[in-house]
Amino acid sequence: MSTRNATLRQVWVGLRLFAIMTLGLGIVYPLAITAIGQLAAPGQANGSLISEGGSVVGSSLIGQSFTDANGVALPQWFQSRPSAAGDGYDGSASSGSNLGPNSDKLLQQITDRKAAIAASDGVDPASIPPDALTASGSGLDADISPEYAREQVARVAAARNLSEAEVSKLVESFVAGRDAGFIGDPTVNVLQLNLALAALSAGP
Amino acid sequence: MGTVWLTVAQLGALIIALALAYRPLGDYMAHTYTTTKNWKVERGLYKVIGVDPDSDQTWQRYLRSVLIFSVIGVVFLYGIQRLQEFLPYALGLPPVEQSLSFNTAISFVTNTNWQSYSPEVTLGYSVQLIGLTVQNFVSAAIGIAVAIALVRGFARKHSTTLGNFWVDLTRGVVRILLPLAFVTAIVLIVGGVIQNFNGFQAITTITGGTQTLPGGPVASQEAIKMLGTNGGGFFNANSAHPFEDPTAWVSLFQIFLMLVIPFSLPRTFGRMVGDNRQGYAIVGAMATIWVASSALMVAAQSSLSGTATAAAGGAMEGIETRFGTVLSSLFASSTTLTSTGAVNGMHDSFTGLGGGLAMVNMMLGEVAPGGTGSGLYGILVIAIIAVFVAGLMVGRTPEYLGKKIGTREIKLASLYILATPALVLIGTSLSFAIPAVRDSVVGTSMANTGLHGFSEVLYAFTSAANNNGSAFAGLTANTPWFNTALGAVMLLGRYIPMVLVLALAGSLAAQGKVPATAGTLPTHRVQFVVLTIGTLLLVSALTYFPVLALGPLAEGLK
Repeated sequence: MSTRNATLRQVWVGLRLFAIMTLGLGIVYPLAITAIGQLAAPGQANGSLISEGGSVVGSSLIGQSFTDANGVALPQWFQSRPSAAGDGYDGSASSGSNLGPNSDKLLQQITDRKAAIAASDGVDPASIPPDALTASGSGLDADISPEYAREQVARVAAARNLSEAEVSKLVESFVAGRDAGFIGDPTVNVLQLNLALAALSAGP
Repeated sequence: MGTVWLTVAQLGALIIALALAYRPLGDYMAHTYTTTKNWKVERGLYKVIGVDPDSDQTWQRYLRSVLIFSVIGVVFLYGIQRLQEFLPYALGLPPVEQSLSFNTAISFVTNTNWQSYSPEVTLGYSVQLIGLTVQNFVSAAIGIAVAIALVRGFARKHSTTLGNFWVDLTRGVVRILLPLAFVTAIVLIVGGVIQNFNGFQAITTITGGTQTLPGGPVASQEAIKMLGTNGGGFFNANSAHPFEDPTAWVSLFQIFLMLVIPFSLPRTFGRMVGDNRQGYAIVGAMATIWVASSALMVAAQSSLSGTATAAAGGAMEGIETRFGTVLSSLFASSTTLTSTGAVNGMHDSFTGLGGGLAMVNMMLGEVAPGGTGSGLYGILVIAIIAVFVAGLMVGRTPEYLGKKIGTREIKLASLYILATPALVLIGTSLSFAIPAVRDSVVGTSMANTGLHGFSEVLYAFTSAANNNGSAFAGLTANTPWFNTALGAVMLLGRYIPMVLVLALAGSLAAQGKVPATAGTLPTHRVQFVVLTIGTLLLVSALTYFPVLALGPLAEGLK
């Protein structure tokens, strides 16, 4: 009987502590962090959004598709990586493909992408960098490798009647090195590059 | 910069940061759990909940408190998911289905954070905050509390008690996790992690398309997700998602966060048993395995093994450009060697040997450095086995820190190292042995076929039993079989070891201390570090080699 009473008492202690923890950790803590974030760093806290002409056109952290309504790549824009998030870069469905290293399906996708890029960009298939052929883990990768950006210069320049040198110079100005020189990999942010590109020429 | 140099630089930065934190954080935690002084806010809290902070509990009562608090957590978390539509900020999402609610409730209470669901389309902000964020804190604090109880078992003499669970839990949250999470969350926001209540926002892109951008109170959850080695993502893509892990330096910082408490706890241990060298020996064993595993992972991921990987010219499927091979490999090693299970790249798409190594890391029992608390008590059990093996070799009664390792201690330690493998192997076998289940597993759940499909199932049970939470995420785990079986495995994989550890602690505390003699095995030297690592590798390798040969080994060496 005394053990049972002791147990019941413990349950009562547990319930009260749980309620306090839920209040403090589940409500007060996140609201305090939200308040600080919104006051001290509202840009980041709200998603590092980019506005163009008064309306939001995206986030510098989230990648986008630069395709027509049918999902066909538009040659005048630098292309993002393939994406497995929804129908591509769906911000409500982040996901990788989760296909394995020996997956026939993945092998087929890579082969198809390689052929498509070689045809559209007029390059040697063997020279296409891996990030151009593979989907990222989030499906929302905002970046491509500098190699993939450089590989697209000729196509973009031709589609916009710009000189390759001009476009190439723009690309190089958007190459971001590794963080602190040694963390992660070098990148080019596709949306920011394309916005600068649009400013350079209104397109065909 | 070459891969080797990058690995050395990034790993080196982590080692320096962790080394700098080791003494101050370890000492602070030791102080937290030994001081008799209570903070004012704590005194008020004890008064409200009706606990005398000076009253110690026997191991049985300590255990009962752990279990009671955990049951309350499971029931509450299950309940709010089922009632989601009535909560604010539900984002129009329906109640979570029964078996999924069951699985998710257990998953977060057990510090596993396995996610059978896609958060964006399943959970609103209320459940994320008052459900998941809370469990991220308390499940981590419970892990540390149990580890501390075991350390007290070594430190005390002729004692029937191990401390007070309610006090340990409260101090873990109030003095350690909450202050660290608070500062971390702000750093994460500055780094680009979002923190808002905006919901989904539709925007028009420059090509005239539309895109939906998610919002959410992410940073506050992300901080404790990493610090508490929880790993449950706010978004489906977890730390691969740019709003959870926006830049390379934030990702390296996240690796640091998941390692810092587990790697500092050996200092706490050394301090509490009155011999800091004992802490160095334990952290030495942990660090050796962690560095070796991290280097092997980079090597595996830099290879072009696999037909698809070779065709792409690099293992970039499932990898973010900003992180690249090295940072993703380091993240994968640390997340599976701790009980975190967060991912910044998709393990399912890793090379055969890389994905296999992630599994091996978990199969080592997550002790290098392991989860918050669970890593320390896990490796102390291995150390006890190591002492015992050494004792057998020289024919002396084994002792560890002045405590005799007798029949009862060895029985408990043996059961501990058998419990998790049994859950992994039985769970995986049943998935293929029961005809109806097999149809569902092969027909619905496995995303890949053949060897890799088998690996997906093996990975799931390994992750659940070790309370890791990472996945070969192609597996469709939101089925009645996986939700139920993995739920049960997570529960048993968390609490069976805890029961055994607390029983062990009780048994050690009751003993006196035998003085060290010339025949006592010194447990602070390199010799013992090697012995502990050897014991760990031997125990795990023998248990898991056959099943690894069926999946990742066969695929990686094909």
